[in-house]
Amino acid sequence: MHTFLGLDYNVWWFLVFGAVISGYAILDGFDLGAGSLHLFLRKEQSRRIAMNAIGPIWDGNEVWLVIGGGALFAGFPAAYAAIFSAFYVPFMVFLMGLIWRAVSIEFRSKEPWLWWRKAWDIIYCFASIVISLSLGLMLGNVVEGIPLDSHHEFTGSWLYFFNPFAIMVAITTLALFMMHGAIFLTMKTEARLFVKLHVLANNFIVFFVVSFGITTLYTLLYIPHLSDFFKSRPAYFSIPLLMILAIANIPRQVKVGKYRYAFIFSTITIALLLIMVAIEVFPYLLYSPQQPANSITVDNAASSTRTMKILLVMALIGTPLVGIYTSFVFWTFKGKVRLDEMSY
Amino acid sequence: MDVEFLARLQFGFTIGFHYIYPPLSIGLGLILVILEGLYLKTGDKVYEMAVRFWIRIFALIFGIGVATGIIMEFEFGTNWATYSKYVGDIFGSALAAEGIFAFALESGFLGVLIFGWNRVSRPVHFISTIMVFFGSLFSAVWIVVANSWQQTPAGYHIVGQGMNARAEITDFWAMVFNPSSVDRLLHVWVGSILAGAFLVLSVNAWYLLHGKHKKIAAPTFKIALTVAALFSVFQLYLGDRSADVVTRYQPAKLAAMEGHYDSSAVADMYLFGYVDKKKEKVWGVKIPGGLSFLAHGSFKAPVTGLRAFKPEDRPSQVNSVFQFYHLMIASGIAMIALSLFGCWLWWRKKLFDYRWLLWIYAFSVLLPQLANEAGWFTAEMGRQPWVVYGLLRTSDALSRAVSAGQIIFSLILFTIVYIVLFALFLFQLNRKIQHGPVDYDTKEPIEDGARRDNPLLEHEHPGGAKKI
Ligand code: HDD
Ligand code: HEM
Ligand code: HEM
Repeated sequence: MHTFLGLDYNVWWFLVFGAVISGYAILDGFDLGAGSLHLFLRKEQSRRIAMNAIGPIWDGNEVWLVIGGGALFAGFPAAYAAIFSAFYVPFMVFLMGLIWRAVSIEFRSKEPWLWWRKAWDIIYCFASIVISLSLGLMLGNVVEGIPLDSHHEFTGSWLYFFNPFAIMVAITTLALFMMHGAIFLTMKTEARLFVKLHVLANNFIVFFVVSFGITTLYTLLYIPHLSDFFKSRPAYFSIPLLMILAIANIPRQVKVGKYRYAFIFSTITIALLLIMVAIEVFPYLLYSPQQPANSITVDNAASSTRTMKILLVMALIGTPLVGIYTSFVFWTFKGKVRLDEMSY
Repeated sequence: MDVEFLARLQFGFTIGFHYIYPPLSIGLGLILVILEGLYLKTGDKVYEMAVRFWIRIFALIFGIGVATGIIMEFEFGTNWATYSKYVGDIFGSALAAEGIFAFALESGFLGVLIFGWNRVSRPVHFISTIMVFFGSLFSAVWIVVANSWQQTPAGYHIVGQGMNARAEITDFWAMVFNPSSVDRLLHVWVGSILAGAFLVLSVNAWYLLHGKHKKIAAPTFKIALTVAALFSVFQLYLGDRSADVVTRYQPAKLAAMEGHYDSSAVADMYLFGYVDKKKEKVWGVKIPGGLSFLAHGSFKAPVTGLRAFKPEDRPSQVNSVFQFYHLMIASGIAMIALSLFGCWLWWRKKLFDYRWLLWIYAFSVLLPQLANEAGWFTAEMGRQPWVVYGLLRTSDALSRAVSAGQIIFSLILFTIVYIVLFALFLFQLNRKIQHGPVDYDTKEPIEDGARRDNPLLEHEHPGGAKKI
């Protein structure tokens, strides 16, 4: 049919969308994680340093979410329409989290008053946690599937989203981000703050491994349609295997003080996790376990071939550009955080 | 309350709130480029202090623009699912382009703009400033293109029937350059530049009134005044072109803008007035035949009136469309008058001699805001009852999975959050303005060194940093 290098355009766009979402999880993941552990840092100076570590880059990271939303809208409009109207309530909560987080970063250090800073620290931390949890909750429901009618409209109530599996995925996501964020902060800090973050990173690794383990066990036992795929195709077992190796490497690298490697491995962990999710759900974008025929797939949600072509050209031009300015900004702010008069 | 009304209310409220900030970002971006360019060229510290002061204000505005903009992107999916399916093939690519080409550029370099002053060389910083400005200009391009397509669709065909109908692209460039996009984009850009220029104008007028930061306020005021004068006159021309497009492609909207009902009659132009929808008549002060002249170049030509359209195809709030339209024009005229008068006094070397005038300038920041909001409300309410003009009705565009209760929930959330946000924004803006430009070499706020508790300078007094 309409293929490019042997793959259907719709599949190409599924891959692009997946890559953008992974980019978002990896990049915003560490600053959301840094935010979620904010209240563990007790000193004013530490909190300022932690916030300034992500100061110049968090906004750029969040743009990946914007691009992801646009990519879904453009490539799979029916999925965009169904997903966001179905997840109305959790998504509004997620958006509120984003607003308060952006605002708290902007406002926190603008006044010297103690109560002001304390209040914004709390808002910042909770908003980061709420964002991570609601992202995980929605991811969990997407993986598991939700009831849809023949117009692809969600038929349940919003309480449906709070099922055990989704809650576990939510907690695992939070743990993953906290670990990722703590490791990121060790690279940006010095002296006692650094020591503290080293300890925190170790604790979050444990937190993550435990919650990840429980979620995996639960999936294997109770959600057969997810594990079946891997059972029937043993070659794909390499992916969870690689992931376990990557996870095992994180504490090892932290132990010997190679934080950059630890960060790379936690990045790989996130990427592999999402690749696994992608493999499990494909070709569905939103699965309906009750009536599989009503599911949204990459084919029934796709835009026209002409639009797909335009989109792929845009992605080909845009991705290197985004890569260039992202590296430029990260390079400009590399190394340990130094506070100056323009800092938060 | 029905879902349609609530969804429209929520959309109008959230976009109206978002639209306070982007124009300021775009317009201030231009001022930053000018100021920093002058600093690079002359090396004059006045410009350095000015540009660094405005960067701090810019950061604040930008932050809130981002926070409220992300809501907008997803609101199409949450509240207008059917619309999203209908236009996704067309609109989606514009939104995706916006993300990848504009926002990434803008927010990437923003980090360098705000935090990079001491990290990168002067020219690199200047380039970052320019990049942020271009990024914000681009971000207006795609969204306005998408909206213009919705006003004057082109380059598409309809596939499928009933609930499954949707528009698909047949010609990408015809979609991008649909009949209204270029004129409306220019109009939006210039409206944004005016928003920035008048903000700078009014803050500096306030400094001059209070005898603060004179060395910086006077030259910056003049720069902003020049920008304001050039662009407000230009806007008159662009607005006329926009009206031309409306005449040609959206006759029902044009008729609503002047409350014109009778197609066989000459159409008047009102300075102000009130539309009585029941009697289909306008009360007010008018230029007889004015609209006929604008639309067809003759004071005698008849103009299509609202009665030519079936009642269900007319904009339902004719009076609101009329009022918003006239509010925009009045604000536009006021801006032209103010900025040209300023230039004339400047030429006579009396620019800063009249305190009452400076007071007017100090409040003039509201004019472009009014005009921008009113312009959009005219364009969007005049487009009713269609979401996509002539193709898809607003009432058919909703998300059917979303109940009235859910929208009330989110609407209440948004209302509370936005009120708090707006209060905080004004509070912080005011603090920054009160504090004024800082000389970073001496670490003193210029001219009043009393503010020891300035958090921006806190690193200078490590002992003073409080532990929490
Ligand atoms: C005049 C141009 C204009 C218009 C009509 C709109 N915006 Fe906007 N928007 C901008 C100009 C802009 C901007 C200047 O580029 C902002 C303001 C501050 C900023 O960060 O970028 C922005 C921010 C912004 C963001 C955050 C981007 C980021 O994270 O950096 C999103 C997702 C949107 N907007 C989306 C929308 C949507 C979906 C709109 C329509 C319904 C919309 N905007 C109207
Ligand atoms: C930033 C400037 C904008 C403002 C101030 C604005 C204002 C409004 C207002 C007031 C409404 C409600 C109209 C009514 O209920 O009568 C509305 C509706 C809407 N607008 Fe806009 N708008 C803007 C930009 C856009 C853009 C760029 C798009 C799309 C590309 C868009 C798409 C819509 C849609 C889908 C609706 C809902 C359906 C409707 O009521 O027509 N708007 N807008
Ligand atoms: C002074 C003469 C002006 C005229 C004749 C004029 C004309 C118009 C017209 C006819 C529209 C509707 C376009 C449509 O529905 O598609 C419009 C929209 C708009 N106007 Fe104006 N305008 C003027 C001044 C201004 C000023 C000074 C500003 C801002 C500073 C402004 C900002 C806007 C905006 C933001 C919109 C909505 C976007 C759009 O539809 O282009 N206008 N204007």
